[in-house]
Amino acid sequence: MSNYNQEMIEKYRGNFLKEVQDNVEEGDWVKMCMQCGVCSGSCPLGPHWEHPPQEIFMMIRAGKRDEVLESSSMWMCTSCYNCIARCPRGLPITHIMHGLATYSKRLGLVPQNQPTAKFAQLFWDNLSKKGRVNELKLGLSLYFMNGIGEGIKKSLKMKDIGLGMLKTGRLTPMEMIGGHGCKDTKGFHAMLKKAQEIEEARIGKSGS
Amino acid sequence: MSDLKIGAYICKGCGLGERLDCDQLATVAQRDGKAQVVQQHDFLCSAEGVKLIQNDIDNEGVNRVVIGACSRRAKTEAFDFQGVNVSRCNLREGVIWIRPDEDDMRETTQEMAEDYMRMGCAEAKHSLIPASAQEKGTDNTVLVVGGGITGMTAALEAAKTGYPVHLVEKTGELGGYAGKMWKDVPMHAPYTDPVDTCVADMAAEIEANNLITVHLNSTISKTSGAPGRFAVDISTESGSTSTINIGAIIQASGATPYDASQLPELGYGKSKDVVDRVELEQLAIAANGGPIKRPSDGKEVKKATFIQCAGQRSEKEGHLNYCSGDCCLTSIKQAMYFKDQNPDIETEILFDDLRTPGAPGEDFYRSGQDKMVTFRKGMVSEVVAGSNGPVVKFKDKILDEDVEEEADLVVLATGMVANSGVDIDEVPQNEPGEWEVSVDSILNLNYRQGKDLPHLKYGFNDSHFICFPYETRRTGIYTCGPVRRPMDTQQAIDDATGATLKAIQEIENAKIGRAAHPRSGDLSYPIFRKEGCTQCKRCTVECPFGAIDEDEKRFPVFNESRCRRCGTCMGACPVRVISFENYSVDTVGQQLKNVEIPEEWDEKPRILVLACENDAYPALDMAAQQGNHYTQWARVIPVRCLGSVNLIWVTDALNSGYDGIILMGCQKGENYQCHFVKGSEMAAMRMSKVDDTLQSLSLEKERVETYEIAITDIDRAPKLINDMAETIEKIGLSPFKF
Repeated sequence: MSNYNQEMIEKYRGNFLKEVQDNVEEGDWVKMCMQCGVCSGSCPLGPHWEHPPQEIFMMIRAGKRDEVLESSSMWMCTSCYNCIARCPRGLPITHIMHGLATYSKRLGLVPQNQPTAKFAQLFWDNLSKKGRVNELKLGLSLYFMNGIGEGIKKSLKMKDIGLGMLKTGRLTPMEMIGGHGCKDTKGFHAMLKKAQEIEEARIGKSGS
Repeated sequence: MSDLKIGAYICKGCGLGERLDCDQLATVAQRDGKAQVVQQHDFLCSAEGVKLIQNDIDNEGVNRVVIGACSRRAKTEAFDFQGVNVSRCNLREGVIWIRPDEDDMRETTQEMAEDYMRMGCAEAKHSLIPASAQEKGTDNTVLVVGGGITGMTAALEAAKTGYPVHLVEKTGELGGYAGKMWKDVPMHAPYTDPVDTCVADMAAEIEANNLITVHLNSTISKTSGAPGRFAVDISTESGSTSTINIGAIIQASGATPYDASQLPELGYGKSKDVVDRVELEQLAIAANGGPIKRPSDGKEVKKATFIQCAGQRSEKEGHLNYCSGDCCLTSIKQAMYFKDQNPDIETEILFDDLRTPGAPGEDFYRSGQDKMVTFRKGMVSEVVAGSNGPVVKFKDKILDEDVEEEADLVVLATGMVANSGVDIDEVPQNEPGEWEVSVDSILNLNYRQGKDLPHLKYGFNDSHFICFPYETRRTGIYTCGPVRRPMDTQQAIDDATGATLKAIQEIENAKIGRAAHPRSGDLSYPIFRKEGCTQCKRCTVECPFGAIDEDEKRFPVFNESRCRRCGTCMGACPVRVISFENYSVDTVGQQLKNVEIPEEWDEKPRILVLACENDAYPALDMAAQQGNHYTQWARVIPVRCLGSVNLIWVTDALNSGYDGIILMGCQKGENYQCHFVKGSEMAAMRMSKVDDTLQSLSLEKERVETYEIAITDIDRAPKLINDMAETIEKIGLSPFKF
């Protein structure tokens, strides 16, 4: 992955806006931002972002590649779509944020221990195994995401809720062994593989 | 006048018949107003009612028509009778609508109506029927000063309408600033790419037009006369002068680019690679569509940085305080010169506020963004020399950080400075009889008040920004283009078209001796009784339109077709020798004297309201339409402009026993609303001295108030009248009731 990063750096030679335009989903919209700041003002999580969307767009145009791609900001997006609804220039801001996150992930530049990124990986790993989310396993892996000690503490804290769910049949311990899946797991995996191939071909194509 | 015959007509429609005793009004008109013919009608503005009046005019010899009906602002077409004077008594808006319909109010409401009838008759009795101005225009020719886009448009528009044109251009070729541009911002959709300027096409069209005479390398060395009969001396560089008779003048003298050498902090003059926007156009012309090369070493520019608001929108000494309006679009256009030639060239526009007005604005901006021009909100502090080119130091206001960036070429988006000639408030006025050409002057007017059009702000010529943009303070001379306010090519073209229309209107008005805007169609003009004049010069100095010159003996010389009929001279004259046929010291003075002033023990105060007919009077009318009320003690007299209010009216009113006087005019000062520019200001100045008069009469100074009223003040205006009634209640009635 870091090779890919290096490849991209050399290819675009500091023209980060072009790089974003070519590689990020909806990235060709970034140049159209007019810096009004409505997106930053509309974002419910705005105050918690290191760089709100308006700033991200300016940083892209100012060529701040590392700062943007290594930022945790776009991972903070909750997809509430407030910014898209309000952007006077009609920029698909939510999509651009996810596009940037994806691109950053592809380049291997996601900040260490970024919780959203981590959870996204856990979710994907869980889902991609059997085509269905194994909630028990997903919950536990979330608890133990940051180590055993924290995991035990978290589990004990959530114990009553867990027992309640068990009693009402919302949760079954049997999920620990195997668990349920979609009808045709093999076919599902084949689909994922094909999608992966298509995606890589796409990146390869735009990257060539 | 011996043949004066007043006909009074009282309408009983719109509820007037129910609310008022019209028979009594008729008696008042006959007995007090001395009306020889008095008629009542149920519906006076109907065809039948109008016919009734017209019949009396035709067969009974009525030549002063007094109409007791609605406001003078209503039914103007129905009551438009030719060859007679019409006085309107405002019984509807001014009496029955402004007063509540209650039984115990009937008496005072009737008194109001009767007073208005007396006032109408008094005005009629003391007015003359205006003959048109004696000086009539004879010349059809339009003079256009300036051969830029604006001037060329004006010349072509006038010629297309059939008026001959003389176009005077100081330099050796037509085109002006636009002629020095490589390309222009597009004027038609799609607003995506720079387009060729229209200069060459227009110049060819002018060349081919028989009605247009072009004077290159020429200036105006003298302008005298008045609309419809200006005499203009056009001097060529070689020294020859020809005099041409002109009907109206369009001044399109444009603007000069701001002198960038005043911006050393932005590197201008220090580095050859810092250029202003005019020089960039030259570089683009030199490149002729190929790569643009920088001046210092001829290297192809790979990175260009544009600095917006260079020396503009800044309070610093020597900078322009204002936004020049077109620089943002110009910089986007110039960035496209680079991008269209080679998209890999980096172009960065550093702005504080990006302003892209006009039809192409937003689309052209988007097109710039689409072409990957970088827009960055940055405040430039300094441009210094670097190893490979100028280094721009700026603060990025979005990222809140200081940045230093090297560029191959830095372009300063400098503003425009109006070519508005000499500031006549600074330069001494011409002495009568003495006259000398000023090279800085555009028009070299031989007017008493100075050689050029007055300035308003930032050196731009004064024009009423919202209501009548092309009208200047010199009748028959119209400004358009950047001499009026900063603007781009498209706006200048629109502007020139408008100004041309005004010039043509004025030529036609002058031919029949009637007034231009805002009293368009008015046939009256100032009449001056020379025997009484004390040569005090107040009228010549105060005329907002510089209409009045002085002869060798310092008597005023009224140039009738330069006059806008505001009456400021009449208000100024301490010996009251200036009047209009249908508007004079007497027509208003007799109105206020004919109001019945009750004895002191009646406890019925009288408040005189002199209201500007342009804004304050309509505001009061509209207040009535909205169902607002004001006190039954008020008597409102419309005046042409507060500037026409002669102090004698105030003194007379106080002496006659009025308890309070309110003057309602328009906003004055830099953001003036006055239709006659200076009228309300002059009135305020005169009224500031009214305290002396009050003191000499031992009256309280609260009895006279002057207010600025906007046409929208429909709640405030009645309230101010009511406030005066309250004040009078507090301080008591005037002791001057005889």
